[in-house]
Amino acid sequence: MKAFVTAASVFGPGLPGWAASEPMLAGTAPWTMAEALPPVPAILAAGDRRRAGATVRFALAAATEATAAEPDRAALETFFASGNGDGAVVGGILDALQDPDGAVSPTLFHNSVHNAAAGYWHIAAGSTMPSLSLGGHDGAFAAGLLAAMGAVATRGRPVLLVAYDTPLPAPLDAVRPTDFPFAAGLVLAPGAQGAWAGLDLRYVAEPAPADSPTEGLDALAAGNPAARALPLLRALAARRSALVRLPLLEDAHLEIRVTQC
Amino acid sequence: MRAMWPLRISAGTAVTALGAGLAPLRAALRDRRGGLLPCAFPGAPPDIWIGAVPGIEAVALTPDLAAYDCRNNRLAELALRSDGFAEAVAAARERHGAERIAVVLGTSTAGIEQTEQAYAGRTPGETALPADFDYGHTHDLRALPAYLRARLGLRGPALVVSTACTSGARAMMEAAALIAAGLVDAAVAGGVDSLCRLTLHGFSALELLSPGPCRPCAGDRDGITIGEGAGLVLLERPFDSSRGPLLLGAGASSDGHHMSSPHPEGLGAVNAMRAALAAAGLTPAEIDYVNLHGTGTRANDAMEDSAMHQVFGATVPCSSTKGWTGHALGASGAIEALVAALCIEEGLVPGCLGIAAADPAFRTDVATGNRARPVRRVLSNSFGFGGSNCSLVIGQG
Repeated sequence: MKAFVTAASVFGPGLPGWAASEPMLAGTAPWTMAEALPPVPAILAAGDRRRAGATVRFALAAATEATAAEPDRAALETFFASGNGDGAVVGGILDALQDPDGAVSPTLFHNSVHNAAAGYWHIAAGSTMPSLSLGGHDGAFAAGLLAAMGAVATRGRPVLLVAYDTPLPAPLDAVRPTDFPFAAGLVLAPGAQGAWAGLDLRYVAEPAPADSPTEGLDALAAGNPAARALPLLRALAARRSALVRLPLLEDAHLEIRVTQC
Repeated sequence: MRAMWPLRISAGTAVTALGAGLAPLRAALRDRRGGLLPCAFPGAPPDIWIGAVPGIEAVALTPDLAAYDCRNNRLAELALRSDGFAEAVAAARERHGAERIAVVLGTSTAGIEQTEQAYAGRTPGETALPADFDYGHTHDLRALPAYLRARLGLRGPALVVSTACTSGARAMMEAAALIAAGLVDAAVAGGVDSLCRLTLHGFSALELLSPGPCRPCAGDRDGITIGEGAGLVLLERPFDSSRGPLLLGAGASSDGHHMSSPHPEGLGAVNAMRAALAAAGLTPAEIDYVNLHGTGTRANDAMEDSAMHQVFGATVPCSSTKGWTGHALGASGAIEALVAALCIEEGLVPGCLGIAAADPAFRTDVATGNRARPVRRVLSNSFGFGGSNCSLVIGQG
């Protein structure tokens, strides 16, 4: 399956948006660890903006930045991938269920659906295009990329892919550790026009080769499902051809051939 | 790339409040017997009804996959034991190879019921979850396709879709895309969702639960009855000797309007239905029956009637079958795709259960009693929180 990258975005530790991060991702400027603060979701209406939690903020920041150059961002079909979903919301409900009356906040409940971030995006962008939300544990980014490239290949239209994950609250954090928040976005198109890289995806029914970098930016990938996009983001930022392997399942991965346009 | 549609539903099964497999569902539709009962689910809000799957507590997973044990995966297990589904997948595995079959499933809450038990099982004052709680194999959304993929001996890609109440239908649409893109030759698709306190209390907080069995499309309808279940299909390209109904097309849209209230005129619903018809290459007049999302809430059913009228006018019969099964959330779209297939086989338009007449404000042809008539093509609707919409078109094989 093929698709072309026309835009990218990133928000994570020491990575405050694509323009500022591109030289660090490319390896031409030093990267230093710094706390990733939830970006202000400027695209949301005032009420929703105030109430939006960190998970929605990271997802919408990645979606907004990736589509900044789009003439009509509402025209994009969307794919939102997250391993954890909105842990603050789900954790809040699980806590509330422990009270004897089990009363749950109605707002918390409708924000607990896995497609909440996507729903807020389509409301904010005024988009009635189809939207898919996916889980996928540590392979969530790869799952989103697979589905998004499947859509590009079969529906012949550009799509927005957003991967986002934030740490879960206690006590869930102990059983599902996530080290920091991270979000990344890509706009993927069926043709090379206006694109800076091409992606060729192959599914491989074997585990990804063991690769556990322990230093610098590369070590971030293991700390958050969305940060598993980093090897691809680094190849895109460096404008270099590369072969990137993204784990999808414990015994399967995606092989992505990145070529420059 | 070859044409995306149609795809053969070469095997299918459903687990619902009526029981395991299609036979009890088929008989209940014919005999107009619903599966909803007063709620006995522990820790549920008071004075509601539910559509619980009978016997689910006694289902045991195979010992090698015991780590996946939770109510949601038990529903999946019960489904693949029904209607020869696991055997049909095994035969497809022989035809295509294990790596060439995807697993694409929808769920809204996966095994979160297991997490609820883990929270409740802590001793007072204790915050940490019990040591035997396995988040990744139960609560995590991917636990569902990972379980079925392992259980069925498949090695193709696995995806989990979670778009609230459209999850099961959207999973079937995305499975079709993976086949059309040439990534796989077949897919196990559908949806599974289990009863849990999060959902029951959440809908209760929104004041959307009926105090009795739900009565979609009634003038005095008063809310949802939450159900649970599984709907699984095996999708393949049609080949000469293949049998079974067809997935003729699918379409999706977003409302872009509100998180939990549908667009009042049903804009998103209209877009999804028209997209599904366009994918199938059909006109509205070629549809013989529409299986509504029809949850039984004031807002959904009124919106859907308006959307239906915009697309189909007043001539195509429609109904909701949630009076039989309850609203099985992320499984409902897949279960109702199988209901559509049953209606085609039986030549049946199943009238809404438990209502004498449709809301007098409705303008579509809502069936309230069973109608025997040829049914060749059915459109099935699913709508969900976050403004998610998906319609499927099922046709005679």
